Amino acid sequence: MSKSNIFTVYRKELTDSLRDRRTLISMVVVPIVIFPLISIGMFTFIAKVVGKAMEEVPKVMIVSAGDSPRAVEDLKAIKGIDFIPGEPDYAQQISDKKIRAAVDVPAGFDAAVDHDTKMTLKIYNYEGDLKSSIASDKIEKYLKDLQTQTVQKRLQARNLPPALADPFDVKKENVAPPEKVSGAMIGGFLPYFVIILCLTGAMYPAIDLTAGEKERGTIETILTSPVPRTQIVLGKFLMVLTAALVTAMLAITSMGVSFHVAKALMAGKTEANNLLNFSIGLKAIGAVFFMVLPLAVLFSAGLLAIALMAKSYKEAQSYIAPLMIVVVLPAVAGLMPGVEFNARMALVPILSTSLVCKEIVAGTYHWNYIAIIFASTCVYASAALFVAVSLFKREDVLFRT
Amino acid sequence: MIEAENLCKVFQDKKRGTVRAVDGVSFVCKPGQIYGLLGANGAGKTTTLRMLATILEPTNGTARVAGFDVMTDAQKVRANIGFLSTSTALYGRLSAYEMVQYFGRLHGLEDDVIDQRINALFGRLEMNEFRDRRCDKLSTGMKQKTSIARTLIHNPQVMIFDEPTLGLDVMAARTIVQFIRECRDQSKTVIFSTHVMSEVEKLCDHIGIIHGGKLLAEGTLADLRQRSGLHDLEDIFVQVVEPHIAKETVA
Repeated sequence: MSKSNIFTVYRKELTDSLRDRRTLISMVVVPIVIFPLISIGMFTFIAKVVGKAMEEVPKVMIVSAGDSPRAVEDLKAIKGIDFIPGEPDYAQQISDKKIRAAVDVPAGFDAAVDHDTKMTLKIYNYEGDLKSSIASDKIEKYLKDLQTQTVQKRLQARNLPPALADPFDVKKENVAPPEKVSGAMIGGFLPYFVIILCLTGAMYPAIDLTAGEKERGTIETILTSPVPRTQIVLGKFLMVLTAALVTAMLAITSMGVSFHVAKALMAGKTEANNLLNFSIGLKAIGAVFFMVLPLAVLFSAGLLAIALMAKSYKEAQSYIAPLMIVVVLPAVAGLMPGVEFNARMALVPILSTSLVCKEIVAGTYHWNYIAIIFASTCVYASAALFVAVSLFKREDVLFRT
Repeated sequence: MIEAENLCKVFQDKKRGTVRAVDGVSFVCKPGQIYGLLGANGAGKTTTLRMLATILEPTNGTARVAGFDVMTDAQKVRANIGFLSTSTALYGRLSAYEMVQYFGRLHGLEDDVIDQRINALFGRLEMNEFRDRRCDKLSTGMKQKTSIARTLIHNPQVMIFDEPTLGLDVMAARTIVQFIRECRDQSKTVIFSTHVMSEVEKLCDHIGIIHGGKLLAEGTLADLRQRSGLHDLEDIFVQVVEPHIAKETVA
């Protein structure tokens, strides 16, 4: 098999594709632009919303029978909250977002505290609403502190040791590496986008180089050349693979850069930093790219084979659109929390790559699974390439009328 | 030289079932001669020529083109032919120069040889003015010239033209006819298909009338006139084909 023929076809297809606006957009523009848009856009948005909510002085209603002035005074001591007198429709006002929360001080509360009787202070909030949660959390935290102080005062008054009501401390410590923490959050996200973009990057050139050629009438021209059909289709395949890999590489690079930029931009804003508190090492990036390699071959050959069956660009697009769902579903499954590995899953293409990449980004390398997945995806990819090459030799496929 | 021997091509069509597009076609076309394959649409001209160009594989029979068998030496056949048809389009995003250069490379020529040949061809065909213009920006005539240069870049011995003037204006068609003559003058073997009688009368040394995949009559124009007792080629064509159309209608 002449390498130079394959290279000649490849070089021409590359030149040709780089002059095609659709291919350029899907291969270069989309992966470069999408991540800054998603990451910077999303994090700026979140930081802004959270920041605004934190800055707001929430209005909180104190609903009281009027016989517990001490409790009311204590509440009013909380800084950063605008307390207003109670009204009977407080629940409605919380729903209407006129006030953020309400505290119900029951009748006889002060007296009950003085006589060591237990009563309940109720905080009303609107679950799921950020500003309401901030207000109620603040009040709850303050009241918990007050509770502790009251207990300490009572113990002191009876000459009892402070540890009596607080026999031991509980402390939670994280042992997972920082990437493991971030992995849980964005682990599914990285491979998902790389896989999807790998597919979309290969899509347009695959159609353009097959169904597109049929539509434009150049397929017969190339078939008159002395180059064997296997070499022609391999040259085309290499071009589609290049598009898939370039897209994946640009996507990974763009994602890395934009997360770093987002991190730098958000520096000092704690709430945003918590979101961005992760790191993806070069090793993980390299490993993800390595796992995506056979998948890119599978996509390129598969798309080429499908697009070859079509007579026109439009027909090819209608065949490939449902394929998107077939690819997106297993990739999304990798995003689901709680989806974990087993040997059978390692044989499901796309899903297995999505899952193993999620683990890699999270800092865990299951070498046996990595080997099985890489090998099985290679087998699927070879099969797809074999099908594409076989189809390209069939007259009824090339000259379908 | 082209020697077709009992060429057959059978297709399976969903609607029509088994279709014998070409059914036992045999003929010989010698160097320095133009062989005209005359037939109506669907007669089997394109399929015959595609088999000679090894784009399609014969179901039965074979042909030797430039000394090589289409069944066993397809690659060598293609290396020695220039094939031009209305369906051999140009790559729109390549320039005229790049298009011809690409085919030179596919024929295994070195870049400096390709450059020399392109310069000579582009000069002869008056293509220098648009050599760097993208093919999709060329006029029909310019495209046709680029296609001609594409078929000639490897200096083939055999030229195969499938309805090369179809859809062209008078001037572009003239360029093609002139070019076909030049090929004969250079002692190339030329076969071309058409349904335009005047082109056949003007150009062909040998004529084959094809209908329903079968070669019904063959010979020089003088032979055909003598056998039919008619002068006008169109009349001769109708005389040859009509009985078969009548049979098909009855069937």
